[in-house]
Amino acid sequence: MDIPRHWRLNKQRYALTGEVCPHCQAKIFPPRDVCPECGGEAKTEFGFSGKGEIYSYTNIYNAPEGYEENIPYTVALVKLEEGPMITAQLTDLGDQPLEIGMPVEMITRKIRSDGDERGLLIYGYKFRPLVSA
Amino acid sequence: MTEKRTDFKMLKPSRPVGIIGYGAYVPRYRLPAKEVSRIWRGGSGGEPIKEKSVPGIDEDVVTMSVEAGRNALARAGIQPEEIRAVWVGSESHPYAVKPTSTIVAEALGVTPYTQAGDFEFACKAGTEAMAAAMGLVGSSMGDYALAVGMDTAQAKPGDALEYTAAAGGAAMLIGPAEDALAEIEGALSFVTDTPDFWRRENQKYPEHGGRFTGQPAYFKHITGSVSRLLEELDRKPEDYAAVVFHQPNSKFPRRAARELGFTSQQLETGLLSPRIGNTYSGSAMIGLTAVLDRAQPGELILMASFGSGAGSDAISFLVTDRIIARRGRALSTEDYISRRTEIDYAQYVRIRGKIALK
Repeated sequence: MDIPRHWRLNKQRYALTGEVCPHCQAKIFPPRDVCPECGGEAKTEFGFSGKGEIYSYTNIYNAPEGYEENIPYTVALVKLEEGPMITAQLTDLGDQPLEIGMPVEMITRKIRSDGDERGLLIYGYKFRPLVSA
Repeated sequence: MTEKRTDFKMLKPSRPVGIIGYGAYVPRYRLPAKEVSRIWRGGSGGEPIKEKSVPGIDEDVVTMSVEAGRNALARAGIQPEEIRAVWVGSESHPYAVKPTSTIVAEALGVTPYTQAGDFEFACKAGTEAMAAAMGLVGSSMGDYALAVGMDTAQAKPGDALEYTAAAGGAAMLIGPAEDALAEIEGALSFVTDTPDFWRRENQKYPEHGGRFTGQPAYFKHITGSVSRLLEELDRKPEDYAAVVFHQPNSKFPRRAARELGFTSQQLETGLLSPRIGNTYSGSAMIGLTAVLDRAQPGELILMASFGSGAGSDAISFLVTDRIIARRGRALSTEDYISRRTEIDYAQYVRIRGKIALK
Protein backbone atom coordinates (compact mmCIF):
# COMPACT_ATOMS: atom_id res chain seq x y z
CA MET A 1 0.00 0.00 0.00
CA ASP A 2 1.58 3.23 -1.18
CA ILE A 3 -1.32 5.56 -0.47
CA PRO A 4 0.59 8.68 0.68
CA ARG A 5 3.15 8.33 -2.10
CA HIS A 6 0.45 8.55 -4.76
CA TRP A 7 -1.78 11.04 -2.95
CA ARG A 8 1.04 13.58 -2.65
CA LEU A 9 1.35 13.65 -6.43
CA ASN A 10 -2.36 14.07 -7.27
CA LYS A 11 -2.11 17.66 -8.49
CA GLN A 12 0.86 17.22 -10.79
CA ARG A 13 -0.43 13.91 -12.10
CA TYR A 14 -4.06 14.88 -12.70
CA ALA A 15 -3.62 18.33 -14.17
CA LEU A 16 0.07 18.81 -14.96
CA THR A 17 0.47 21.38 -12.22
CA GLY A 18 4.11 22.46 -11.92
CA GLU A 19 5.89 25.59 -10.82
CA VAL A 20 7.17 28.85 -12.25
CA CYS A 21 10.41 30.42 -11.01
CA PRO A 22 9.76 33.95 -9.65
CA HIS A 23 13.37 34.91 -10.43
CA CYS A 24 13.97 33.75 -14.02
CA GLN A 25 10.38 32.78 -15.10
CA ALA A 26 11.45 29.22 -16.00
CA LYS A 27 8.53 26.76 -16.00
CA ILE A 28 9.26 23.71 -13.89
CA PHE A 29 7.89 20.15 -14.13
CA PRO A 30 7.80 18.08 -12.05
CA PRO A 31 7.62 20.64 -9.23
CA ARG A 32 10.80 20.59 -7.11
CA ASP A 33 10.71 23.98 -5.31
CA VAL A 34 14.19 24.89 -6.56
CA CYS A 35 14.64 26.29 -10.05
CA PRO A 36 16.83 23.99 -12.20
CA GLU A 37 17.78 27.01 -14.36
CA CYS A 38 18.89 29.61 -11.81
CA GLY A 39 18.98 27.71 -8.51
CA GLY A 40 16.57 30.11 -6.82
CA GLU A 41 13.63 29.10 -4.67
CA ALA A 42 10.59 28.42 -6.87
CA LYS A 43 7.35 27.49 -5.13
CA THR A 44 4.78 29.35 -7.22
CA GLU A 45 2.22 26.94 -8.74
CA PHE A 46 1.90 26.94 -12.51
CA GLY A 47 -0.66 25.09 -14.60
CA PHE A 48 0.80 23.78 -17.84
CA SER A 49 -1.30 24.00 -21.00
CA GLY A 50 -0.78 20.30 -21.72
CA LYS A 51 0.30 21.05 -25.28
CA GLY A 52 3.61 19.75 -26.55
CA GLU A 53 5.32 17.63 -29.18
CA ILE A 54 6.93 14.22 -29.38
CA TYR A 55 10.70 14.48 -28.90
CA SER A 56 11.24 10.73 -29.04
CA TYR A 57 9.31 7.53 -28.34
CA THR A 58 9.58 3.78 -27.89
CA ASN A 59 7.15 0.85 -27.93
CA ILE A 60 6.82 -1.35 -24.87
CA TYR A 61 6.13 -5.06 -25.30
CA ASN A 62 7.51 -6.27 -21.95
CA ALA A 63 5.86 -4.08 -19.37
CA PRO A 64 7.03 -3.49 -15.82
CA GLU A 65 4.87 -4.81 -12.97
CA GLY A 66 1.47 -3.15 -12.86
CA TYR A 67 1.39 -2.21 -16.54
CA GLU A 68 1.12 -5.70 -18.10
CA GLU A 69 -2.53 -5.31 -19.09
CA ASN A 70 -1.72 -2.37 -21.35
CA ILE A 71 0.83 -3.94 -23.71
CA PRO A 72 1.70 -3.05 -26.34
CA TYR A 73 1.92 0.66 -25.51
CA THR A 74 4.08 3.62 -26.37
CA VAL A 75 6.15 5.79 -24.04
CA ALA A 76 7.37 9.17 -25.25
CA LEU A 77 9.56 12.04 -24.27
CA VAL A 78 7.23 14.99 -24.68
CA LYS A 79 8.63 18.49 -25.02
CA LEU A 80 6.03 20.74 -23.41
CA GLU A 81 5.17 24.06 -25.06
CA GLU A 82 6.41 25.88 -21.93
CA GLY A 83 9.81 24.19 -22.01
CA PRO A 84 10.17 21.13 -19.78
CA MET A 85 10.59 17.64 -21.22
CA ILE A 86 8.61 14.86 -19.55
CA THR A 87 8.18 11.13 -19.95
CA ALA A 88 4.66 9.85 -20.40
CA GLN A 89 2.59 7.17 -22.08
CA LEU A 90 0.90 7.95 -25.36
CA THR A 91 -2.66 6.73 -25.81
CA ASP A 92 -5.57 6.82 -28.29
CA LEU A 93 -3.14 6.45 -31.18
CA GLY A 94 -5.61 4.70 -33.44
CA ASP A 95 -3.85 3.90 -36.69
CA GLN A 96 -2.02 7.21 -37.17
CA PRO A 97 1.72 6.69 -37.63
CA LEU A 98 3.85 8.38 -34.95
CA GLU A 99 6.41 10.97 -35.90
CA ILE A 100 9.04 12.96 -34.05
CA GLY A 101 7.70 16.49 -33.70
CA MET A 102 4.07 15.38 -33.80
CA PRO A 103 1.83 17.71 -31.73
CA VAL A 104 0.27 16.03 -28.69
CA GLU A 105 -2.00 17.09 -25.84
CA MET A 106 -2.30 16.00 -22.22
CA ILE A 107 -5.30 14.03 -21.03
CA THR A 108 -5.97 12.46 -17.64
CA ARG A 109 -6.20 8.69 -17.80
CA LYS A 110 -6.09 5.59 -15.63
CA ILE A 111 -2.41 4.69 -15.22
CA ARG A 112 -2.74 1.46 -13.24
CA SER A 113 -4.22 -0.16 -10.20
CA ASP A 114 -2.12 -0.19 -7.01
CA GLY A 115 -1.72 -3.92 -6.51
CA ASP A 116 -4.63 -6.12 -7.59
CA GLU A 117 -8.24 -5.27 -8.47
CA ARG A 118 -8.92 -4.34 -4.85
CA GLY A 119 -6.31 -1.58 -4.87
CA LEU A 120 -6.41 2.15 -5.38
CA LEU A 121 -6.90 3.36 -8.95
CA ILE A 122 -4.04 5.63 -9.96
CA TYR A 123 -4.87 8.37 -12.45
CA GLY A 124 -2.42 10.63 -14.20
CA TYR A 125 -1.31 12.35 -17.37
CA LYS A 126 -0.87 10.69 -20.71
CA PHE A 127 -0.65 12.32 -24.12
CA ARG A 128 -2.59 11.75 -27.33
CA PRO A 129 -2.21 13.14 -30.83
CA LEU A 130 -3.74 16.62 -30.84
CA VAL A 131 -7.43 16.31 -31.72
CA SER A 132 -8.34 19.19 -33.99
CA ALA A 133 -11.77 20.64 -34.48
CA MET B 1 -59.19 9.99 2.90
CA THR B 2 -57.90 13.22 1.45
CA GLU B 3 -57.70 13.64 -2.29
CA LYS B 4 -54.29 13.13 -3.87
CA ARG B 5 -52.63 16.36 -5.00
CA THR B 6 -52.01 16.68 -8.73
CA ASP B 7 -51.26 20.39 -8.98
CA PHE B 8 -47.47 20.17 -8.63
CA LYS B 9 -45.69 22.64 -10.80
CA MET B 10 -42.50 22.40 -12.80
CA LEU B 11 -39.14 23.20 -11.20
CA LYS B 12 -38.31 26.84 -11.77
CA PRO B 13 -35.97 28.48 -9.29
CA SER B 14 -36.72 32.01 -8.08
CA ARG B 15 -33.31 33.04 -9.41
CA PRO B 16 -33.27 32.19 -13.15
CA VAL B 17 -30.54 29.70 -14.14
CA GLY B 18 -29.10 28.21 -17.30
CA ILE B 19 -26.21 26.38 -18.93
CA ILE B 20 -23.13 28.58 -19.04
CA GLY B 21 -20.81 25.93 -20.47
CA TYR B 22 -21.17 22.40 -21.80
CA GLY B 23 -18.74 19.68 -22.78
CA ALA B 24 -19.03 16.30 -24.45
CA TYR B 25 -16.83 13.25 -24.47
CA VAL B 26 -16.89 10.11 -26.63
CA PRO B 27 -14.04 7.57 -26.62
CA ARG B 28 -12.50 6.83 -30.00
CA TYR B 29 -13.17 3.09 -30.35
CA ARG B 30 -16.26 1.77 -32.19
CA LEU B 31 -17.71 -1.72 -32.15
CA PRO B 32 -20.00 -2.27 -35.15
CA ALA B 33 -23.28 -3.96 -34.18
CA LYS B 34 -22.67 -6.49 -36.94
CA GLU B 35 -19.67 -7.76 -34.92
CA VAL B 36 -21.93 -8.64 -31.98
CA SER B 37 -24.33 -10.26 -34.43
CA ARG B 38 -21.45 -12.19 -36.08
CA ILE B 39 -20.39 -13.70 -32.74
CA TRP B 40 -23.76 -14.41 -31.13
CA ARG B 41 -26.29 -14.76 -33.95
CA GLY B 42 -24.21 -16.07 -36.82
CA GLY B 43 -24.59 -12.72 -38.54
CA SER B 44 -28.36 -13.09 -38.95
CA GLY B 45 -31.06 -10.82 -37.58
CA GLY B 46 -31.38 -7.06 -37.44
CA GLU B 47 -29.17 -4.67 -35.56
CA PRO B 48 -30.55 -1.85 -33.37
CA ILE B 49 -27.77 0.64 -34.27
CA LYS B 50 -24.81 0.89 -36.63
CA GLU B 51 -22.05 0.91 -34.01
CA LYS B 52 -21.31 1.82 -30.41
CA SER B 53 -18.48 3.68 -28.72
CA VAL B 54 -16.12 1.67 -26.53
CA PRO B 55 -13.80 3.15 -23.89
CA GLY B 56 -10.05 2.63 -24.20
CA ILE B 57 -8.31 0.35 -21.71
CA ASP B 58 -7.20 3.40 -19.67
CA GLU B 59 -10.59 5.13 -19.61
CA ASP B 60 -13.39 5.11 -17.07
CA VAL B 61 -16.11 7.43 -15.80
CA VAL B 62 -13.50 9.50 -13.92
CA THR B 63 -11.25 10.18 -16.91
CA MET B 64 -14.16 10.78 -19.27
CA SER B 65 -15.87 13.15 -16.82
CA VAL B 66 -12.61 15.09 -16.42
CA GLU B 67 -12.37 15.68 -20.17
CA ALA B 68 -16.05 16.65 -20.55
CA GLY B 69 -15.67 18.91 -17.49
CA ARG B 70 -12.61 20.62 -18.98
CA ASN B 71 -14.60 21.28 -22.16
CA ALA B 72 -17.49 22.76 -20.15
CA LEU B 73 -15.08 24.98 -18.20
CA ALA B 74 -13.38 26.16 -21.40
CA ARG B 75 -16.72 27.18 -22.90
CA ALA B 76 -17.93 28.89 -19.72
CA GLY B 77 -14.71 30.86 -19.32
CA ILE B 78 -14.88 30.86 -15.51
CA GLN B 79 -12.22 29.85 -12.99
CA PRO B 80 -12.60 26.29 -11.64
CA GLU B 81 -12.52 27.47 -8.01
CA GLU B 82 -15.75 29.41 -8.64
CA ILE B 83 -17.60 26.08 -8.99
CA ARG B 84 -19.49 25.18 -5.82
CA ALA B 85 -20.62 21.65 -6.68
CA VAL B 86 -19.30 18.74 -8.73
CA TRP B 87 -21.93 16.05 -9.13
CA VAL B 88 -21.31 13.03 -11.33
CA GLY B 89 -24.22 10.82 -12.38
CA SER B 90 -23.36 7.32 -13.60
CA GLU B 91 -24.11 3.64 -13.22
CA SER B 92 -20.47 2.72 -13.80
CA HIS B 93 -18.61 4.63 -11.10
CA PRO B 94 -15.13 3.00 -10.89
CA TYR B 95 -15.36 2.50 -7.14
CA ALA B 96 -18.24 0.95 -5.19
CA VAL B 97 -17.14 3.14 -2.26
CA LYS B 98 -15.09 6.30 -2.93
CA PRO B 99 -16.56 9.19 -4.86
CA THR B 100 -15.87 9.72 -8.56
CA SER B 101 -16.68 13.38 -7.97
CA THR B 102 -13.72 14.13 -5.67
CA ILE B 103 -11.26 12.86 -8.27
CA VAL B 104 -12.98 14.87 -11.00
CA ALA B 105 -13.10 17.98 -8.79
CA GLU B 106 -9.39 17.62 -7.94
CA ALA B 107 -8.40 17.19 -11.61
CA LEU B 108 -10.46 20.21 -12.65
CA GLY B 109 -9.01 22.39 -9.88
CA VAL B 110 -12.32 22.87 -8.07
CA THR B 111 -11.22 21.53 -4.66
CA PRO B 112 -11.40 22.05 -1.72
CA TYR B 113 -14.36 24.43 -1.13
CA THR B 114 -17.08 22.63 -3.03
CA GLN B 115 -19.93 20.14 -2.75
CA ALA B 116 -19.08 16.81 -4.31
CA GLY B 117 -21.08 13.64 -4.70
CA ASP B 118 -22.04 10.82 -7.02
CA PHE B 119 -25.57 10.40 -8.32
CA GLU B 120 -27.21 7.13 -9.30
CA PHE B 121 -30.50 6.62 -11.10
CA ALA B 122 -29.78 4.19 -13.95
CA CYS B 123 -29.66 6.35 -17.09
CA LYS B 124 -31.03 9.58 -15.61
CA ALA B 125 -28.41 10.15 -12.90
CA GLY B 126 -26.87 13.00 -14.92
CA THR B 127 -30.09 14.94 -15.43
CA GLU B 128 -30.97 14.43 -11.75
CA ALA B 129 -27.60 16.08 -11.00
CA MET B 130 -28.65 18.92 -13.33
CA ALA B 131 -31.87 19.39 -11.34
CA ALA B 132 -29.84 19.53 -8.12
CA ALA B 133 -27.48 22.06 -9.73
CA MET B 134 -30.50 24.19 -10.71
CA GLY B 135 -31.50 24.16 -7.05
CA LEU B 136 -28.07 25.12 -5.76
CA VAL B 137 -27.62 28.00 -8.19
CA GLY B 138 -31.31 28.95 -8.16
CA SER B 139 -31.23 29.39 -4.40
CA SER B 140 -28.09 31.59 -4.69
CA MET B 141 -26.14 29.27 -2.38
CA GLY B 142 -23.55 29.13 -5.15
CA ASP B 143 -23.09 30.66 -8.58
CA TYR B 144 -21.87 27.61 -10.49
CA ALA B 145 -22.43 23.87 -10.28
CA LEU B 146 -21.12 21.14 -12.56
CA ALA B 147 -23.46 18.26 -13.39
CA VAL B 148 -22.01 15.31 -15.30
CA GLY B 149 -23.77 12.34 -16.90
CA MET B 150 -21.22 9.73 -17.95
CA ASP B 151 -21.10 5.96 -18.39
CA THR B 152 -19.06 3.03 -19.56
CA ALA B 153 -22.11 0.81 -19.77
CA GLN B 154 -21.98 -2.89 -18.97
CA ALA B 155 -23.74 -5.60 -20.94
CA LYS B 156 -23.79 -9.36 -20.61
CA PRO B 157 -22.00 -10.98 -23.58
CA GLY B 158 -24.61 -12.09 -26.08
CA ASP B 159 -27.45 -10.10 -24.48
CA ALA B 160 -29.57 -7.75 -26.59
CA LEU B 161 -27.99 -4.83 -24.69
CA GLU B 162 -24.50 -5.74 -25.88
CA TYR B 163 -25.25 -4.18 -29.26
CA THR B 164 -25.88 -0.78 -27.71
CA ALA B 165 -24.23 -0.47 -24.23
CA ALA B 166 -21.73 2.29 -24.97
CA ALA B 167 -19.43 4.85 -23.38
CA GLY B 168 -19.59 8.63 -23.32
CA GLY B 169 -21.48 11.53 -21.87
CA ALA B 170 -21.50 15.22 -21.12
CA ALA B 171 -20.89 17.84 -18.49
CA MET B 172 -23.21 20.82 -17.94
CA LEU B 173 -22.02 23.85 -16.02
CA ILE B 174 -25.10 25.46 -14.50
CA GLY B 175 -24.97 29.14 -13.56
CA PRO B 176 -27.04 32.33 -13.41
CA ALA B 177 -29.30 32.93 -16.43
CA GLU B 178 -27.72 36.32 -17.13
CA ASP B 179 -24.51 34.50 -18.09
CA ALA B 180 -26.16 31.51 -19.78
CA LEU B 181 -25.73 30.25 -23.34
CA ALA B 182 -29.06 28.49 -22.82
CA GLU B 183 -31.52 29.59 -20.15
CA ILE B 184 -33.51 26.92 -18.36
CA GLU B 185 -37.20 27.72 -18.64
CA GLY B 186 -38.31 24.93 -16.38
CA ALA B 187 -37.87 21.26 -15.56
CA LEU B 188 -40.28 18.53 -14.61
CA SER B 189 -39.75 14.94 -13.52
CA PHE B 190 -42.04 11.92 -13.71
CA VAL B 191 -41.02 9.03 -11.45
CA THR B 192 -42.59 5.70 -10.46
CA ASP B 193 -41.36 2.36 -9.10
CA THR B 194 -41.13 0.43 -12.36
CA PRO B 195 -38.73 -2.55 -12.45
CA ASP B 196 -37.67 -2.55 -16.11
CA PHE B 197 -33.89 -2.84 -15.65
CA TRP B 198 -31.57 -3.25 -12.67
CA ARG B 199 -28.22 -4.51 -11.47
CA ARG B 200 -27.85 -5.93 -7.97
CA GLU B 201 -24.86 -5.17 -5.73
CA ASN B 202 -21.69 -7.07 -6.77
CA GLN B 203 -23.21 -8.23 -10.06
CA LYS B 204 -21.21 -7.50 -13.20
CA TYR B 205 -24.08 -7.28 -15.66
CA PRO B 206 -27.57 -5.83 -15.47
CA GLU B 207 -30.89 -7.67 -15.87
CA HIS B 208 -33.81 -6.30 -17.82
CA GLY B 209 -37.45 -6.97 -18.49
CA GLY B 210 -37.18 -7.35 -22.27
CA ARG B 211 -40.29 -5.85 -23.84
CA PHE B 212 -41.33 -4.50 -20.43
CA THR B 213 -38.64 -1.82 -20.87
CA GLY B 214 -40.79 -0.19 -23.58
CA GLN B 215 -44.40 0.84 -22.97
CA PRO B 216 -44.68 0.81 -19.16
CA ALA B 217 -41.15 2.16 -18.70
CA TYR B 218 -39.50 4.31 -21.40
CA PHE B 219 -42.60 5.57 -23.19
CA LYS B 220 -44.83 6.12 -20.17
CA HIS B 221 -42.22 8.14 -18.27
CA ILE B 222 -40.93 10.25 -21.15
CA THR B 223 -44.47 10.98 -22.29
CA GLY B 224 -45.40 11.76 -18.68
CA SER B 225 -42.63 14.30 -18.11
CA VAL B 226 -42.72 15.96 -21.53
CA SER B 227 -46.49 16.38 -21.89
CA ARG B 228 -46.82 17.86 -18.39
CA LEU B 229 -43.85 20.22 -18.90
CA LEU B 230 -45.32 21.46 -22.21
CA GLU B 231 -48.64 22.04 -20.45
CA GLU B 232 -46.93 24.01 -17.64
CA LEU B 233 -45.00 26.14 -20.13
CA ASP B 234 -48.04 26.52 -22.40
CA ARG B 235 -45.99 25.29 -25.34
CA LYS B 236 -46.59 23.02 -28.30
CA PRO B 237 -44.12 20.58 -29.87
CA GLU B 238 -43.82 22.79 -32.97
CA ASP B 239 -42.46 25.68 -30.84
CA TYR B 240 -39.18 23.75 -30.43
CA ALA B 241 -36.27 23.82 -32.85
CA ALA B 242 -34.95 20.55 -31.48
CA VAL B 243 -35.90 17.78 -29.10
CA VAL B 244 -33.58 15.24 -27.43
CA PHE B 245 -34.67 12.04 -25.72
CA HIS B 246 -32.80 9.30 -23.92
CA GLN B 247 -31.52 7.00 -26.67
CA PRO B 248 -31.30 3.30 -25.78
CA ASN B 249 -31.44 2.46 -29.52
CA SER B 250 -32.58 4.20 -32.71
CA LYS B 251 -36.22 3.14 -32.52
CA PHE B 252 -37.42 4.24 -29.06
CA PRO B 253 -36.62 7.97 -29.35
CA ARG B 254 -38.15 8.08 -32.86
CA ARG B 255 -41.38 6.52 -31.59
CA ALA B 256 -41.48 8.79 -28.51
CA ALA B 257 -41.07 11.83 -30.75
CA ARG B 258 -43.87 10.69 -33.03
CA GLU B 259 -46.25 9.94 -30.16
CA LEU B 260 -45.62 13.34 -28.58
CA GLY B 261 -46.09 15.21 -31.89
CA PHE B 262 -42.46 16.06 -32.74
CA THR B 263 -41.10 15.65 -36.26
CA SER B 264 -38.05 13.63 -37.27
CA GLN B 265 -36.33 16.93 -38.25
CA GLN B 266 -36.64 18.15 -34.65
CA LEU B 267 -35.15 14.88 -33.38
CA GLU B 268 -32.38 14.26 -35.89
CA THR B 269 -29.58 16.65 -34.71
CA GLY B 270 -29.51 15.20 -31.19
CA LEU B 271 -30.08 11.56 -32.16
CA LEU B 272 -26.60 10.08 -31.73
CA SER B 273 -27.43 6.47 -30.77
CA PRO B 274 -27.14 5.07 -34.32
CA ARG B 275 -23.48 6.16 -34.37
CA ILE B 276 -22.34 5.88 -30.73
CA GLY B 277 -24.91 3.63 -29.05
CA ASN B 278 -26.56 4.13 -25.69
CA THR B 279 -24.28 6.09 -23.36
CA TYR B 280 -26.70 5.51 -20.45
CA SER B 281 -26.38 8.45 -18.00
CA GLY B 282 -24.76 10.43 -20.80
CA SER B 283 -27.32 9.64 -23.47
CA ALA B 284 -29.77 12.56 -23.39
CA MET B 285 -27.12 15.02 -22.21
CA ILE B 286 -24.66 14.29 -25.02
CA GLY B 287 -27.55 14.56 -27.46
CA LEU B 288 -28.12 18.04 -26.03
CA THR B 289 -24.47 18.98 -26.62
CA ALA B 290 -24.80 18.02 -30.30
CA VAL B 291 -27.88 20.27 -30.53
CA LEU B 292 -26.14 23.16 -28.73
CA ASP B 293 -23.22 22.84 -31.17
CA ARG B 294 -25.61 23.89 -33.94
CA ALA B 295 -28.27 25.94 -32.13
CA GLN B 296 -29.12 29.53 -33.00
CA PRO B 297 -29.97 32.26 -30.48
CA GLY B 298 -33.68 32.40 -29.72
CA GLU B 299 -34.30 28.72 -30.41
CA LEU B 300 -36.08 26.48 -27.95
CA ILE B 301 -34.72 23.03 -27.09
CA LEU B 302 -36.45 20.29 -25.14
CA MET B 303 -34.53 17.44 -23.50
CA ALA B 304 -36.04 14.44 -21.72
CA SER B 305 -33.93 11.77 -20.09
CA PHE B 306 -35.11 8.35 -19.01
CA GLY B 307 -33.72 6.26 -16.19
CA SER B 308 -34.85 2.73 -15.51
CA GLY B 309 -36.48 2.02 -12.23
CA ALA B 310 -37.97 4.46 -13.46
CA GLY B 311 -38.20 8.15 -14.22
CA SER B 312 -37.79 10.91 -16.76
CA ASP B 313 -36.53 14.49 -16.34
CA ALA B 314 -37.75 16.95 -18.97
CA ILE B 315 -36.00 20.32 -19.26
CA SER B 316 -36.84 23.23 -21.58
CA PHE B 317 -34.06 25.57 -22.77
CA LEU B 318 -34.00 28.94 -24.52
CA VAL B 319 -30.76 29.48 -26.45
CA THR B 320 -29.15 32.93 -26.00
CA ASP B 321 -26.72 34.83 -28.23
CA ARG B 322 -23.79 33.83 -25.95
CA ILE B 323 -23.80 30.43 -27.66
CA ILE B 324 -22.10 31.91 -30.72
CA ALA B 325 -18.93 33.05 -28.93
CA ARG B 326 -18.66 30.06 -26.60
CA ARG B 327 -19.28 26.91 -28.55
CA GLY B 328 -16.01 27.09 -30.50
CA ARG B 329 -13.89 27.14 -27.33
CA ALA B 330 -13.83 23.32 -27.04
CA LEU B 331 -14.12 20.29 -29.31
CA SER B 332 -17.60 19.74 -30.68
CA THR B 333 -19.52 16.52 -30.16
CA GLU B 334 -19.13 15.79 -33.87
CA ASP B 335 -15.32 16.18 -33.52
CA TYR B 336 -15.38 13.35 -31.00
CA ILE B 337 -17.77 11.16 -32.98
CA SER B 338 -15.78 11.46 -36.19
CA ARG B 339 -12.54 10.58 -34.33
CA ARG B 340 -13.12 6.89 -34.84
CA THR B 341 -11.18 3.61 -34.74
CA GLU B 342 -13.16 0.48 -35.54
CA ILE B 343 -12.42 -2.61 -33.42
CA ASP B 344 -13.55 -6.22 -33.69
CA TYR B 345 -15.20 -8.36 -31.03
CA ALA B 346 -11.89 -9.84 -29.86
CA GLN B 347 -10.38 -6.39 -29.22
CA TYR B 348 -13.64 -5.38 -27.54
CA VAL B 349 -13.62 -8.24 -25.01
CA ARG B 350 -9.97 -7.51 -24.26
CA ILE B 351 -10.25 -3.79 -23.62
CA ARG B 352 -13.50 -4.20 -21.69
CA GLY B 353 -11.72 -6.62 -19.34
CA LYS B 354 -13.82 -9.64 -20.24
CA ILE B 355 -10.75 -11.90 -20.58
CA ALA B 356 -9.54 -13.40 -17.29
CA LEU B 357 -5.79 -12.85 -17.08
CA LYS B 358 -5.37 -14.76 -13.84
